[in-house]
Order: sequence, then structure tokens, then C-alpha cells
Amino acid sequence: MQFMLLFSRQGKLRLQKWYVPLSDKEKKKITRELVQTVLARKPKMCSFLEWRDLKIVYKRYASLYFCCAIEDQDNELITLEIIHRYVELLDKYFGSVCELDIIFNFEKAYFILDEFLLGGEVQETSKKNVLKAIEQADLLQENQNEDWGGLSDDIL
Amino acid sequence: MPAVSKGDGMRGLAVFISDIRNCKSKEAEIKRINKELANIRSKFKGDKALDGYSKKKYVCKLLFIFLLGHDIDFGHMEAVNLLSSNRYTEKQIGYLFISVLVNSNSELIRLINNAIKNDLASRNPTFMGLALHCIANVGSREMAEAFAGEIPKILVAGDTMDSVKQSAALCLLRLYRTSPDLVPMGDWTSRVVHLLNDQHLGVVTAATSLITTLAQKNPEEFKTSVSLAVSRLSRIVTSASTDLQDYTYYFVPAPWLSVKLLRLLQCYPPPEDPAVRGRLTECLETILNKAQEPPKSKKVQHSNAKNAVLFEAISLIIHHDSEPNLLVRACNQLGQFLQHRETNLRYLALESMCTLASSEFSHEAVKTHIETVINALKTERDVSVRQRAVDLLYAMCDRSNAQQIVAEMLNYLETADYSIREEIVLKVAILAEKYAVDYTWYVDTILNLIRIAGDYVSEEVWYRVIQIVINRDDVQGYAAKTVFEALQAPACHENLVKVGGYILGEFGNLIAGDPRSSPLIQFNLLHSKFHLCSVPTRALLLSTYIKFVNLFPEIKTTIQDVLRSDSQLKNADVELQQRAVEYLRLSTIASTDILATVLEEMPPFPERESSILAKLKKKKGPSTVTDLEETKKERSADMNGGTEPAPVNASAVSTPSPSADLLGLGTGPPPNAAPAPASSGSLLVDVFSEPASAVTQLAPGSQENFASPDLASSELVSEEPSEAARGADELTHKFVCKNNGVLFENQLLQIGLKSEFRQNLGRMFIFYGNKTSTQFLTFTPTLICSDELQSNLNLQTKPVDPTVDGGAQVQQVVNIECISDFTEAPVLNIQFRYGGTFQNVSVKLPITLNKFFQPTEMASQDFFQRWKQLSNPQQEVQNIFKAKHPMDPEITKAKIIGFGSALLEEVDPNPANFVGAGIIHTRTAQIGCLLRLEPNLQAQMYRLTLRTSKETVSQRLCELLSEQF
Repeated sequence: MQFMLLFSRQGKLRLQKWYVPLSDKEKKKITRELVQTVLARKPKMCSFLEWRDLKIVYKRYASLYFCCAIEDQDNELITLEIIHRYVELLDKYFGSVCELDIIFNFEKAYFILDEFLLGGEVQETSKKNVLKAIEQADLLQENQNEDWGGLSDDIL
Repeated sequence: MPAVSKGDGMRGLAVFISDIRNCKSKEAEIKRINKELANIRSKFKGDKALDGYSKKKYVCKLLFIFLLGHDIDFGHMEAVNLLSSNRYTEKQIGYLFISVLVNSNSELIRLINNAIKNDLASRNPTFMGLALHCIANVGSREMAEAFAGEIPKILVAGDTMDSVKQSAALCLLRLYRTSPDLVPMGDWTSRVVHLLNDQHLGVVTAATSLITTLAQKNPEEFKTSVSLAVSRLSRIVTSASTDLQDYTYYFVPAPWLSVKLLRLLQCYPPPEDPAVRGRLTECLETILNKAQEPPKSKKVQHSNAKNAVLFEAISLIIHHDSEPNLLVRACNQLGQFLQHRETNLRYLALESMCTLASSEFSHEAVKTHIETVINALKTERDVSVRQRAVDLLYAMCDRSNAQQIVAEMLNYLETADYSIREEIVLKVAILAEKYAVDYTWYVDTILNLIRIAGDYVSEEVWYRVIQIVINRDDVQGYAAKTVFEALQAPACHENLVKVGGYILGEFGNLIAGDPRSSPLIQFNLLHSKFHLCSVPTRALLLSTYIKFVNLFPEIKTTIQDVLRSDSQLKNADVELQQRAVEYLRLSTIASTDILATVLEEMPPFPERESSILAKLKKKKGPSTVTDLEETKKERSADMNGGTEPAPVNASAVSTPSPSADLLGLGTGPPPNAAPAPASSGSLLVDVFSEPASAVTQLAPGSQENFASPDLASSELVSEEPSEAARGADELTHKFVCKNNGVLFENQLLQIGLKSEFRQNLGRMFIFYGNKTSTQFLTFTPTLICSDELQSNLNLQTKPVDPTVDGGAQVQQVVNIECISDFTEAPVLNIQFRYGGTFQNVSVKLPITLNKFFQPTEMASQDFFQRWKQLSNPQQEVQNIFKAKHPMDPEITKAKIIGFGSALLEEVDPNPANFVGAGIIHTRTAQIGCLLRLEPNLQAQMYRLTLRTSKETVSQRLCELLSEQF
């Protein structure tokens, strides 16, 4: 996989993960172009499309579009299920996930993705194993927050 | 758990995000962000040392701002500080920031690498995981240098935790992709292969990706992975749906791993060991059988996962292309999917069948689905699916079904989406030509194309129909009759007027016996379209008219009246005016005999490559078209093969050019035409675009086709490597009289050129050699042409592989078409990364006007006659200059020949002088050129005189040639 983008129906980018080195300018250009292309497609259309020399696999969940770019030899259907498994992971973690969860906890969305996909390849497909890794981290976080008594956070 | 995730920590961050979301306008958002940036900056700069928590919060805010699309130019140092925190969450945010934002801050790399090194050595699996994720996310060369040696050790160490192994495997994969030279193979590779046997399926999943990538580049080293992968796969596909617990996905056992294993097996040919091979065949049969079982769940995830494995299995079956039974089963399975209610499956089935169509075992099986595919073309609501159907029809086409497929494509074209029309037009044109049993059908098809989708019919297509009609006398009468009828339509496309004008101008006489298409009627019909057409079409029609003067003397006066009218003779367009004046004059003064000679029927077009096929390849990339053509070559023993005149010339048709005709240089086959190699059987077998054969042509010993002048000149012009410092113009001059050599060289990179030109077309092979032992990354050569140059010179090329291994050479092919004469040279810009540094090289590409020269031999008398005809002051350009090289007549001769013109002996009464003649070919015109070079040994000076029918050409050729002596 070359990259994954999450964006809203309004075209706002919610998450971007790049597995190939590209300049910021190029990333922005690709994002703009793809968001436009995908949003212009009607529901019930095929989830795959050719774009430049890549294949785009996308799926919409509620207000969010999940969009992956894969190479010519990669498997479209399994990519569709990569998207689904990621959605399941987010859902399980946040408890019926919605767009707001991803906006306010964007760093968590990245952490979960890193446990699931690394370097553009599937690292761990077991839901239990992925979430176990994240849970452990949260546990560490909780303990540490107790040190601060939850009081130290100022508004700014 | 949700409570944990939502409530934890950074309240300030949540407040900030809310603020941003509440901003009513973009301006308000920017204002809020700027306020926040100012605040963070002051905190970071403040005297008070920030605690880790605050640092984490601010770094996280910066990250959020960056992800909104704003630039962030500070905070990197604070993020790096977080890396060395002992608190997990601080470290985690630090790593996230680095992963997303690390770029130009190279001085931080050392600090980052230090932190990573500490975490890798910490033996704390959570910290190790974070560090490995960071390396995998950044994947830079610096990181590869620092860690490529360490990670294989972590990967194969006995005491490494499973989760760390998984990360290490994919981390290594990422580093191998960016810097393969830094990941040396070693003892660890055999141990990595055995990870395929690991008990932990997550470890196997990660390791399989790594092994696949490594095996692609080092197949020998990883050969043992085949049998291990087969036995692993076998265990998965035969397991019950619950056996694999959490690795079962919607009742499908380990779909991701299965797909990866099948993909790994596609790096190798079918296993040699019969036991392994038998086991694999069993696996593939099981997968095919499962597709027929009733679904275990109605969920789309179940069918997607199951079919993902099935499609990958089919890919492997096609890759092996050795088991007819499996291929036919695969084809039948895909046939079922063609009518599935899921759009995605129909799309993939069409796509996958395209590759099956090119296997000899399954081609026939694919053909049985023709009706379904045609139906898809008519009923699919998604254009991307229809596009796949068009591709499949094209792939399954052979002589048995060509008429039906072409008819259906034409049918579809009436309503086809604009985005794919041009491609369909090209495909129809190719199929019609390739499988024409009867050329009347071919002519009808192309005229239909023009009628239905005239705007999408490119020049290549209508040039081609004219070429074929001119080359085949059995179809000429029919073609004349058909275009005549088509032109009766009140509104016909301009492309039809072009084809009609050209064909009637050549073969109108064949239908003139019929009173309904008498000469006058033909002329009036064409002339009724004249005023609605663009200038190039009108110019073509004027040529038709003068051809009519020869074909039909009875309407000569009518045509002369038209030519004589003010709208022609005083036309504002110089080309039209010139044609009208010249044609009128020609029709008045020339005797019937001379007219008959000058306006003789066009000779058969020499050919080699279908220009249409070349165009389709350009559009679709080489692999799609070439593969199909290659594999179908055997089958296509069609009538195109062998019956055409021996081809040599790759040029497309040019419209009759009055100036060239009048000079008398343009008629007859090109003087240097050599017989084509016997192997160029089918017109569509594209000799030119197979790099391998093109290179062999370029090899010494087989140069007689095009490079003979260079043999002489290459000895004269030094071959020593050029230096970057050398002037760009000087470089261009070096290549004026030769086509091959080293264009550029420095310590890192060498650029070599080989090129060949014929008429107005050329092909240049650029060889980029990496002189170092280190890989070049993001290697991007770009051709830059000014707007003006772009309109005169058409350059087409494909991107090269962005990675150039140490010591390796990559090749890029540039197709060149000269549209009109030009002065500037295109610039070749090359950018790449070497080590950590960015390299940028620009050189002028030596494509000069004289490359499009065709030498013309002529006798002294002819030469002087033409010389006098070109006596207009604008036609002559002269230059007197000092000799820069020793004045050796033999070298001078070689240079004139290398320049492209013929060297005419015994023309000039003074034997010390040199005289040359040739034609510059451009798409729009052919320009006859005469030249004379007079050396003065005593003064060490030359006088060079150029006379051509075009001022800019005289000027440019004179400049170019003056620099050579």
C-alpha cells in the first residue's frame, strides 16, 4: 500500500498515512485530486478505480471515506477488508466510533493504525492482539496521569 | 476502555480542537491557529523549563495544526526531547511527531537516531515497538545506515517477543525498499525463511511480506520459501473455520496471510518437486471448490475475504500458465462473477479475464463469455466497469469474433463516456485493421468511427486509413465511392472531409464514370465544405483540387476560377495563399505530361509500425498493450502479414506538401530506404517499441539502416566524457553531426545517448548510469520544452524507475516528432537523491533541426536549377567564419554527411568546394535544402551558404553547420 487517507463527505482530511516518501506539496496535490475524484462518485459504484498508475480502493462508512492506494499487483478485495478491519478496530476501541472520535483523538487513530499496518503491509490481523497493544499503552498512560492528579492541565 | 481513551489527558488539546471546529470562517481558523502558535512558541522559549506533560501537549497541538494543512517550522527539538522521556505516552507523541513531520531537519537526525538506539537496546518490548514503528514510518536513508545492520538481529533472535518480531520484519522491509544496498543478505536470511513455520500467525503474516519483497530481488537465496509457503497455505485452506481463532475473519481462515502466501509463490515458477507441486495444485483446487460452496455468512466481508483469496489464487494460476485444467476452471469461475450482483466482483472478473485471454489454454474459454461482456458494456452503470469490459473485448478479440466486437464497440461509442472515447476509437481502429479479412469492411469501420466520434479520431487514425487505401489497390474504388457517399451528409465531420478530400484527389477517377459522381459533382461536393473547414483542411483540399486538374482536365477551368478568386489568391493565411498561387501557376504553365508526373498518384507508403498502436501504448503504458500483442502474435496470422511493401519507414503520412512537390524532392520513396528485416511480418508487430530489439539495432554491426553517417563522424568527434562545466551549447554542437555518445558525466552519473531519426520522426535512447555503489532514489528525469518549442517538437517519454541501483544503468526512450521547424533545444533535467543529498543536473538534449534531414542525390544540372529557383533573398542565409578546426577536406565531407544532407560530388565547378542537398521533414511541411561550403585555406576561413524554401530553416541550419568547422 502506498498511502491511506480518511476524509469526510465535505472533503476534510481526517487522517493521512504515507508509506512512500513524497514531498508535502505532492501529498497535498494527491489528496486534493483524490478527494475530488472519490467524492464525485455515486453510491453503488465499484469501490475500485484506476488512478495514475495506482489502484484506488475506497469505502464509505457513515460520513467518512476511507481510501487506499495500492500497486498494480496488489489485491483489491483484501484491501477493502483492510479498511474494514481498521474500522472495526476503531469501533471496538472508541465504542461505536464516529468522526468526532477521530478528530479529537487523532493521535490514537494513528497509534491503532501503526499496530495494524506497518510500512504499508499488514502487520497483525488479530483484533485482540492489536487492541491488547493499545490497551497496555493506555494503562501506562492512566497510571502516569494519576501522578499529576489530573490537575495540571491548563486550558491553553 | 472507551472511558480511558476519551477522558485521558490533554484537556487543552481538546479545547483547542473544539475552538478550531467552531471557527466560522477560514480567516477565523487561521487567526486562532496563529494565536496558538504564538502561545506555544512563547512557552517553548520561556525561561521556565516545561514539564514533560506540557511539552507533550504542545507538540500534539503542533501536530494537529500540521495535519490541518498548515506549515510547522518549530517544535522539532521539543519532540526529540520527548523521545528520551521515560513516560510511555510522552515518548509515543514524540515518535508520532517525528514520523509525520521529519523532513529537512537533518541536524536532528543524529539525536533521533540516538533515542531510537536507546529504545531498541532497552529490551522493553513496548519501547522497542515504538522505535521500530518510527523507523518504518520514516524509512530514510540515514535510518537505514544506522539500523539496517541491527534489525535483522532483533528479527531472528530467539528471545525477541512476537510483536517486536512483527514490527522488525516490516521495518526491515521498508528499509530494504528505500535502500536495498544497505541491507546485506547474510546468515539471517535462512532464519527469516523459517519464520513461515512460526507458531504465531501474526509473525508469519509480517514475515511473508518481507520474504516476498526480498525474494523478488534475490530469488535464489529464498528458494526454500516455496515449499514452506505451500505447506503453510495448505494447512490454512484445509483448516476448519474456527481453527485459527482470531485469525479467522468472517469464517475465512487467515485471508490476509493466504493472499500474501499466494503472492509470494508468484515470485517463482511452478515448483519442480512433484510432491510440492501436487500439494499446491490441491490447495488451488480447494480454493476453487470453496468458491462453489454456499456462503457461511451473508456479510459482504465474508464474501470479500473469500474472493480475495480466490482472485489471488487465480493470479497464481495465470502466472504459472501451465495447468490447462486450472486455467479453464478459473475462467469458468470468473464467468460466474461476470453476472454477480456485486459491482466489485464484476469489475475484478473483467479485469482478471483480460490476463486469462492471453493464455493459449484459456483464450477459447474466455471467448465463450463474449455475450455477457457485450451486455456489460450496455448495462453497467459505472464507467470504470464499462472500461474494463472494453479492455476485455479488446483482449479476447481474434479473427473469429472481430466483426462482432468491432460492431459492438462502435455501437457503444455512440453513447460512451467522453473520458474513454479516444481509447475506444484507437482500439476499434487497431482491431479493424488487424483482423480485416475484407478491406471494404475496414474502410466502412473507420468512416463510421469518424461519423460517430469524429472529434476523438486522432490524426494517426485517419492517416492510417489513407495509408492503407493507397497501399491496396483492391479497395481504392470502394473507398472513393464510400467517402463520396459519406460526404453527402449535410453535416459531416472535418476529419471526413480530410479523408474524403485525400482519397478523391487520388482515386476520384475510379468513380467518375458514374454520372452521379462526375468530376464536377465531386469537386462541387468537396468545395461546398471548403469554407467551413480549418486552414490545414483547406490546404489539403487545395491539393485535392490541383490533383483534380490532372485527373479531370474537363474541369480545369472551374478549378482555376476557384484558385484565382480573391479569397484564395489573397488569403490572409500564407500557406493557403502560397498553395493557391503555386497551384494556379502550375496548372497554367505546365504541360499535361509534366502535370501528370508532378501530380502522379502517391506511391505506396513504406511502413513498419502502426502509428495507432504506438499511440494506444502511449496512452495505456507499455505493459497492457504489448503483452497482449506479444502473446497473440502467434495467433494473428492475418492477411496483413507479408503482403505490404517492404517496410522501413516509421513515419506517418504527411499531407501533400506543395513546396516539396514543386522542388521535385518529395516524390518517390526515400532515397536511403533499406529493405526491412524479414521478420517484420505483421504490420502490428511493433518492432520499434520493443526495447530489446531496438537496442540490438543500435549495436555496432547492424547500423546500416540508419547510422552509416555516424560511423564516419564518430571517429572525428571526441568520445571523451564531457564535464558538467562544459558549455551547454558546445555539448549540443558535439551531437549535431552524430547521434551517439556520452552527453554528460560527473562523479555520480553518466548519461549516454543513442538516437535514430527518420523523416520527421526520431527515437532517442537515454542511458543513465549510476557510477557509484550507492542507490539513487527518487530518480526523476524531466524533459523541459518552452511553449514555443512544444508546438514545434513533440516529445513523448515514460517515467523511469525512481530507484537506480549502484552500478546499474537505466534506459529511457524518447519518441520525437518534428511538427515544424524549430531553433531551441529541449532541456533534460535530472533530479535524484544520492546518500542524503539532493542532486540536480540540467543538460540540453541535442535534438536539432538537421536530425530530420533526408539526403537527396541529384545531378549538377538539377542542383543549379533548384538553386536558382530559391533565389528569393529570404531563402538564402550566408555566413563567413573563421575555421576552428584544421581544414581537412575528408573531415569536412564526413561532417556534411553526418549533418544529414547528401554530399554532391562534381556539382561545384571548383573541386575545393562542398555542395549538399536534402529535405528537412516536419509534420507540416517538407523543406528542400541546398547548401554550399567554400573553404579558403589561405585565410583559414569558410563561407557557408544555405538556400531553403523557408527562411527560418535556412537560418537555423546555417547556425548549426557553421559551428562544426
